[in-house]
Amino acid sequence: MKIDLARMFDLIAGDPQADRAVPPTGFTARLTLFTAGAMAFLAVFAMALSLATGRLADRWSAELARTSTLRITAPVDQADAQLRSAITVLETTPGVAAARPLSADEQRALLEPWFGVGLPVEDLPIPQLIEIIEEGDGYDSIGLRARLQAEVPGAVLDDHTRWREPLVKAANRLRTLGWLAIVLIAGSTAAMITLAAQAALAANAQVIRVMRLVGARDIYIAGAFVRRFTLRALTGGAIGTVVGMIAIWLLPSTDVAGGFLTGLGFQGVGWLAPLIIPPLAAAVAFFATRAAALRMLEEQS
Amino acid sequence: MIELENVAYNYGGAELFSQVSLTLSAGSFHFLTGPSGAGKTTLLKLCYGALQATAGQVRLFGDDAARMDRDAVALSRRRIGVVHQDCQFLDHLNVSDNIALPLTVSGRDAEAAGNLGDLIGWVGLCGQADQLPPELSGGERQRAALARAVIMSPDVIIADEPTGNVDWEMSQRLLTLLVELNRMGKTVIIATHDMNLIRAAKSQVTTRVLRLQDRRLMQAGAEL
Repeated sequence: MKIDLARMFDLIAGDPQADRAVPPTGFTARLTLFTAGAMAFLAVFAMALSLATGRLADRWSAELARTSTLRITAPVDQADAQLRSAITVLETTPGVAAARPLSADEQRALLEPWFGVGLPVEDLPIPQLIEIIEEGDGYDSIGLRARLQAEVPGAVLDDHTRWREPLVKAANRLRTLGWLAIVLIAGSTAAMITLAAQAALAANAQVIRVMRLVGARDIYIAGAFVRRFTLRALTGGAIGTVVGMIAIWLLPSTDVAGGFLTGLGFQGVGWLAPLIIPPLAAAVAFFATRAAALRMLEEQS
Repeated sequence: MIELENVAYNYGGAELFSQVSLTLSAGSFHFLTGPSGAGKTTLLKLCYGALQATAGQVRLFGDDAARMDRDAVALSRRRIGVVHQDCQFLDHLNVSDNIALPLTVSGRDAEAAGNLGDLIGWVGLCGQADQLPPELSGGERQRAALARAVIMSPDVIIADEPTGNVDWEMSQRLLTLLVELNRMGKTVIIATHDMNLIRAAKSQVTTRVLRLQDRRLMQAGAEL
């Protein structure tokens, strides 16, 4: 790998004489540039998707893991007593930083999407909710449930695990799909560039014959093609990446539109991440062309 | 330099020639004759490692060609200058760059600047150095091919019908250049149908004339 990387940098630094030995090929040049550019553009979006879903998974995981809810359903004459008992239990539970009953306004806000504005929650037999904020490694949910069952019969503890896990799992899977898309894009780029390189080699059979006749080694002949395709992929990749980044930058901001889709993008140093795409495209082109060239030269010998 | 010992070559199962033994020693001058299709070009290709013998042994500068990898063949080819009847140039490079190609591929560009001009003058192509190969006449192409074959100062020069596409006067000029090279100590082998060329050479240099016929290589007759 070390040798190949050194050779890659040598190739990019270039041997203009070797490059001149191979005549310019317009078709394969345009195909490689276009492929590398289009694939880089798509890779920017796949990377943005991965990073955004990664952030989402981390945020959901972190935020929801630190809170839980206690719901108290009790007859009206016992509600206050059970609420006090529950608060006492929670305040004495290790791992609970704070326990706070939701106010009527907060409960009304939670029900607004279903019942509309101005619901008289005070007059309805609605369960009282207590928000629990955790600290350290959190509380022992099995132990807490056992205590609550004994001391507050109408209490139901919801630690959000039931609905948090599928959400986090979905976000993590989206992140994985994003990276898988990048791998597929790299594979497709390699396949397209291999085809273009094979077309260029086939079109230059006479050049290869002459170079062999005068004592050129296979690695020298391959180098002339590899350098050309690597530079084309680097150029196309750079153009595609820049265009992709501009497209991401032009997406509506979260503040204006809100929602997950508008959160698709890069944040802070994340904007540097797509800069890996052009050298990655060049590396893919280098190895794909080198393998194709050496294989074809071996077949032609 | 180059030795063939009981060599045979088959094309698609059919034997082209067999039991061919040949030694190209340093400073020798050989002609290879024979009817078309006898295998002269194939025999020459065996001599510069472009083909592998199907039987027998070919030694290039002491190394068994069958055991040489492609890199080793390429390196040995830098010691062998080859002139083809169809010349084989890179048509997008000018004459000067084509002649310098062996230096270029061996990473010896610096030498090109010093020797190239002299060599182009020696083959009489000073006025055509910047032209592209398709713009040259048959004789000019052959002289350019000869210049390319000798620019690395090879030990052996292999010429396959070098005068096949040129008139008698140009044949004489090419022969003179090859004889000059032989006098400089180079080993020369020329495949040709041109008996007049062989007779002209025999008057200038000691030659050995071989004939490839009926699948065997033999010493040519006394008529030469």
